[in-house]
Amino acid sequence: MSEYLQLFFTFAKIGVMTFGGGYAMLPILQREVCESKKWADDSEIMDYYAIGQCTPGIIAVNVATFIGNKQKGISGGIVATLGMVFPSLVIITVIAAVLHNFMDIVWIGHAFAGIRVCVCVFILNAVLKLWKSAVVDAWTFVVFALVFVGSIFMDLSPVLYVIVAGIVGIALSMLGVRKEKPEKGATKAGEASGSGEATKAGGTTDESDKLKKDGGMGK
Amino acid sequence: MIYLRLFIEFFKTGLFSVGGGMATIPFLQDMSQATGWFTSAQLADMIAVAESTPGPLGVNTATYVGFTAGMEAHGMLGGIFGAVVATLGLVTPSIIVIIVIAYFLDKFRKSRYVDGAFYGLRPASVGLIGAAGVGIVLMSVFQIDTIFEFANAHLEIKHLLLAVVILVLTNWVPKVKKLHPIYFILLSAVAGAIFQF
Repeated sequence: MSEYLQLFFTFAKIGVMTFGGGYAMLPILQREVCESKKWADDSEIMDYYAIGQCTPGIIAVNVATFIGNKQKGISGGIVATLGMVFPSLVIITVIAAVLHNFMDIVWIGHAFAGIRVCVCVFILNAVLKLWKSAVVDAWTFVVFALVFVGSIFMDLSPVLYVIVAGIVGIALSMLGVRKEKPEKGATKAGEASGSGEATKAGGTTDESDKLKKDGGMGK
Repeated sequence: MIYLRLFIEFFKTGLFSVGGGMATIPFLQDMSQATGWFTSAQLADMIAVAESTPGPLGVNTATYVGFTAGMEAHGMLGGIFGAVVATLGLVTPSIIVIIVIAYFLDKFRKSRYVDGAFYGLRPASVGLIGAAGVGIVLMSVFQIDTIFEFANAHLEIKHLLLAVVILVLTNWVPKVKKLHPIYFILLSAVAGAIFQF
């Protein structure tokens, strides 16, 4: 089997076996990619995770692109990503098509009204989890509060908030008002299991704390 | 043309949502208001289905939204095409960004600018997700569309009660809180059907 096919099917398998994505898929990824295929070692996977977490897009997709790209260059990255999303495409399309025909039934309507209440709690839980690594001092609290209140009361694109927040973050760091200084040459995510300033600093490092908790954003 | 717009909208979502699955939700809510492809209530339903099925949450939600938008326009085949286009739109920025970053991995990891940007981005992302959550609470618990309609809010005790039960189960009950989300979704569905939400 050519390596492209292997990339596609391995990541399709990971996609099928992952519920929720993000950190939930880490153990499966380690088994398939590190142990079975030996495409990367554990510390590389941790690095990819840390970077996948703080780059745009879906974490699982980012990690798949990294590994595919490492094996077979750009086309490998594309094939691995397509493999990753393939099961979602098939499964969701089938469910969506089926559900579409049932939505008019009264009790199914009531059931989904109940489910929506549950989704509210899921989102709240995600916010609480993310809060710990994101809101670390007074400045980050101000950013959070402004974005939160702003996007409840104003009809602006989230793109705008993301761009401005990125610029503000750089400015605050450069001005040195940040309480937790970014450690120069941040610790490698894989080794950042120790405590101390460097681990708490930011960027790639505090993600490893979250890995241990097996929760995180992807849920 | 709806498919081109789907691709662009999801490209935008993939490019600017930082931090995985739930981070796409503010963008999807914005999309629902801007395009009218789906309602806020449909979005909440889609999140529930995406949580209960295999695959990354963000990808599942994108696929579902793409299907719904395409289906509205051109029926079943349009739905399938819409699902593919939305998903590809979502992952295209990832592919580009990651392949670029892979070439200077160490520089990226050690960059003070990248670190600084994420110092600001992370709390902003939490704020955006929180606000999207408020929108879904207003719709599903208070039965209104925006906060400006709060005078018309219609709070039913059974909605509030279910929210509290799920909150307690998912956070403070040992063992139960580790259960897969699908169990809580099923519980809520049964409660909704029995108590006529």
